[in-house]
Amino acid sequence: MPLAPGPMSDDALFGLNRHIVLPGPLALDGGQVLAPVEIAYETYGALNADASNVILICHALTMDQHVASPHPITGKPGWWMDMVGPGKPIDTDRFCVICPNVIGSCLGSSGPETLAPDGAPFAMRFPVITIRDMVRAQALLLDHLGIGRIYAVIGGSMGGMLTLSWAATYPERVAAAMVIASTSRHSAQNIAFHETGRQAIMADPNWRGGDYYADGKTPDAGLAVARMAAHITYMSEQGLTEKFGRRLQNRPDGSKGAKTFGFDADFQVESYLRHQGLSFTDRFDANSYLYITRAMDYWDLAEDHGGVLANAFKGTKTRFCLVSFDTDWLYPTAESKVIVHALNAAGAPVSFVELTSPFGHDAFLMDTPDLDRVIDGFVKGGGL
Amino acid sequence: MSTLRPDLAIIAQEVAPGSRVLDIGCGDGALMEALRIEKQVDARGMELNRERVANCMARGLSVIQGDANSDLADYPDAAFDYAILSQTLQTTMRPDLVVEQLLRIGRQAFVSFPNFAHWRVRLALFWGGRMPVTRSLPIAWYETENIHHVTVDDFRALVKARGITVEREWFLNQNRLTSATAANLRAEHAMFLLRR
Repeated sequence: MPLAPGPMSDDALFGLNRHIVLPGPLALDGGQVLAPVEIAYETYGALNADASNVILICHALTMDQHVASPHPITGKPGWWMDMVGPGKPIDTDRFCVICPNVIGSCLGSSGPETLAPDGAPFAMRFPVITIRDMVRAQALLLDHLGIGRIYAVIGGSMGGMLTLSWAATYPERVAAAMVIASTSRHSAQNIAFHETGRQAIMADPNWRGGDYYADGKTPDAGLAVARMAAHITYMSEQGLTEKFGRRLQNRPDGSKGAKTFGFDADFQVESYLRHQGLSFTDRFDANSYLYITRAMDYWDLAEDHGGVLANAFKGTKTRFCLVSFDTDWLYPTAESKVIVHALNAAGAPVSFVELTSPFGHDAFLMDTPDLDRVIDGFVKGGGL
Repeated sequence: MSTLRPDLAIIAQEVAPGSRVLDIGCGDGALMEALRIEKQVDARGMELNRERVANCMARGLSVIQGDANSDLADYPDAAFDYAILSQTLQTTMRPDLVVEQLLRIGRQAFVSFPNFAHWRVRLALFWGGRMPVTRSLPIAWYETENIHHVTVDDFRALVKARGITVEREWFLNQNRLTSATAANLRAEHAMFLLRR
């Protein structure tokens, strides 16, 4: 569902549902080159005269540029409506908020679904990309928009990885960086869950080496299983227990739930996960899922700096803020503390708090009043 | 700075403008904010309590949720002009090691604590035969955070043994400065400015 590129007057550069084709070339960490570079993005709020009021929001794995506007496919409200908008902690009355779709994704930026020069989708011919490649593509966009220094970069989960990569790659451009529920590297366990998801996709007979775009027979079953496995990692055991426990699902005819002594979704948690998996396939491309999870698995910021994370932030002037959640077992507090330790060693100004929430990793997307206050303070701390 | 706790007000007065400060056990960040506004100090904080950390962050302060017992090791040598540990020393597992850390991280260190040899404490223990609950030590033994009760003379002996120089010292009684004479008996609170 590529979004139609519109004519690009200056006005057209800002607003909802923007899509731009930049010539590139973008040299990728894997050694290949991407040209042109397509980026879909949204902006909210007005850019001030000296372009000093930009807040860049980096989205998570399956999120997108629709941070505070309805999703084009599902029609659901933006994924961070609570945080971004007029009078909200990220106040669009005062700041120009920019949220680009990462490359590799399927919501309009260059990715496996994009048409290659031969007129067919790239599919698996799309180069494997890294978190830093995504960041460099975003830097091309900001260059094009005439934005040098960024007031603040903010991201949760994979968005936190992008935020860290922004601060390490373009320290002079990032005045402040807020990293929520994230990590400086993917652990073996993180990689293991992603690999499970990828294998589920590749095991789907519809996947066909990624060449499924022509006839529309997409590997939905595999992608749904990948989403189910990942979704478990986004929730806490406590959250799952509170929400579902061992409760049984009422039958479609309205009769009360009972064990069927079969393999229907007897338990509410099964029914919920199946729904999550299936509805995900409506809005996400299986190949994009492969590429983005790969980029996350390759993420190890210290590795790019001689194995010493503090070296990634040497001499940095960026103000950092890190937040973790006590029930997040995907990127637990210890991972944030590794980053805090490195930032301290580099002498960077850094804040860190572990907030309490029943929602596990997904807490950053849920109603978490403490997070509102912390983001509000972080944003105001920049002086604008 | 009139709203600051008296020991913090002294620190706020003494800290050199534009210096780099680490406030350990920074609470809600009152001292950090005063230093930032009135002395243009680059102030960082560490605080154990998550609510207080969140409050500091909501005020735009750079504060880390951390534990003085374990997390001071994360900071490089001489990262700060001053390390501040106010009313926290007596709650740490190893006060001596914490003091060493303060003077590794900071060129100088402010350390303040309630004096356990104050006459009210002595009387309460002597006549009552029970662990004192006084104006400056208001919480019963089983729930107080104070696990290492220290006196002015104890602290002087510690810094002497470690070869640490006392640059200045202040003593407080009922939140007012008092003389150093017989401070071990007469002072409720003590504060020291230390350097290596």
